[in-house]
Amino acid sequence: MNENSTKSIWKVIGASSMGTLIEWYDFFIFGSLSIVISTKFFPADNPTAAFLSTLATFAAGFVVRPFGALFFGRLGDIIGRKYTFMVTLMLMGGATFLIGCIPSYETIGFWAPLIVLILRLLQGLALGGEYGGAATYVAEHAPLGQRGYWTSWIQTTATFGLFISLVVILLTKSFLSETQFDSWGWRLPFLLSLVMVYVSYLIRKKMKESPEFSKAKAEGKTSTNPLKESFGNRYNLKFVLLALFGAAMGQGVVWYTGQFYSMSFMKTVMHLQSDQADTILGIALLLGTPFFVVFGWLSDKVGRKWIMLGGMLLAVLTYRPIYESMYQLSNVQQKNKLDETTEPTIQQNSTIVTITKSQYADGTEMTSSKIQHQEGELKGKETVKTTVHLKGKNYILLVALIFIQVIYITMVYGPIAAFLVELFPVKIRYTSMSLPYHVGNGIFGGLLPAVSTYLTTNAEASHTPQFYLAGLGYPILIAAVCFIIGSLYINNKSTPPNHE
Amino acid sequence: MNNLKKLLGIVWIFLAIYTAYFSIFELALPKISTGHQEDLVFGIIILCILTPIISLGLGLFGYYSLLGEYDRKKM
Repeated sequence: MNENSTKSIWKVIGASSMGTLIEWYDFFIFGSLSIVISTKFFPADNPTAAFLSTLATFAAGFVVRPFGALFFGRLGDIIGRKYTFMVTLMLMGGATFLIGCIPSYETIGFWAPLIVLILRLLQGLALGGEYGGAATYVAEHAPLGQRGYWTSWIQTTATFGLFISLVVILLTKSFLSETQFDSWGWRLPFLLSLVMVYVSYLIRKKMKESPEFSKAKAEGKTSTNPLKESFGNRYNLKFVLLALFGAAMGQGVVWYTGQFYSMSFMKTVMHLQSDQADTILGIALLLGTPFFVVFGWLSDKVGRKWIMLGGMLLAVLTYRPIYESMYQLSNVQQKNKLDETTEPTIQQNSTIVTITKSQYADGTEMTSSKIQHQEGELKGKETVKTTVHLKGKNYILLVALIFIQVIYITMVYGPIAAFLVELFPVKIRYTSMSLPYHVGNGIFGGLLPAVSTYLTTNAEASHTPQFYLAGLGYPILIAAVCFIIGSLYINNKSTPPNHE
Repeated sequence: MNNLKKLLGIVWIFLAIYTAYFSIFELALPKISTGHQEDLVFGIIILCILTPIISLGLGLFGYYSLLGEYDRKKM
């Protein structure tokens, strides 16, 4: 590559990654602020609002994304990659900004959750269209033999988008009081999106259409019906199915386990303080993110297949010991208690709260709040809330255990954009690669928290000794099946004949 | 390897059938019948989205595999 083409590809990477990063940021900010959003728009005592809340969580997370992939993929294969992912960017930015502007349920009643749901669905649609466009656009600019390296920059954006969303929320919280944040400060991360999207729009606007698509268009070789050619043609459909069951579904569950199940496990099973769990995940993501590029680069040298499948196999073999070790780090039954103090009882509204603080030899601190209810449905009942704070060696060990999972994510996710792009011909690439990606990531991965929680609850109800590991059954099974299919059916030289 | 892929085609078809059974009768219907709205949405999504994708998709993948569509010379 000469100096000009190197500069040019960095511009392409910058413009594409920036937009995709913002789209992931927009998508994750909703999830990261879900607690405050639910109090503003979805009051739990209103069943209709609670129903809309569930729809917003489930529907936009995975149901709508494949539809976005089909809709925008088709557009991208007909009118071009550049214009399509400009539209998805504006759609995502506009929807996110407007979520920050909606008056609360107290002000406009039922309209508030309904508008949030609609905007959340638009976010899901936009995300479904964005990723395939950005990955295709970068891959079609990259020189042959370097697609893994260049597209891996796009792959960093999902993890980095989550990281940025956590940082923006933590910063906003640190500059405002708790009351200010709860009153209006939570809107700032949403409103900030408009500025970021506008900057990204200006950058993307200057970019040219991808050379491979431009060439195909000039030669009249673009598709007039990409959906039919992608899914109505047996030769292509078999590659779509192979991409889904041999790569994307395993990638989806490994990605969600490392980034989201681990966070939920730290907060709900290990009872870690919420801020500490967020910080630990943030550190692990930051340390792990460069490995997307490392494995993307390596996939150009040794092939995509065994790096992706290696990540899945490692996940299958080590998830249980990793999560067992995580659990034991906060398991105070196994620790030597040094001191315990009980604070004077506090009367709060209709409850009596007793707080007990315990310190352990390895530095762990545990706070238990025993709440006795004096009124309402829970009158006469006691609830106990426990939070654990890790220190020293245990803290570092937990960061390391999450970091290992992030490495698995980088192995399965770093090369997958190049893998998917190379599996399909230019004229139907956007459509064909977007669908398996969003079904794998959005549906197989997106359902992971719900299915895993269900498995864990069942195991707990049946008094299984290691019930806290039961939720791992889902990602382990899906990744194992995906590993077997991928290892037997995928060629390491993944580009099928006449696809270039 | 081609024969193994064809043989595994039968395994994927059976796995698709078992997944359909498990998704419908072990996951979706028990959730739908709890009466909680959150469970209802989850159950409907399992029934209408996840089950068809896994079962039909994996079944079709198995069928193509059985027909030899994934033989080395056809890839």
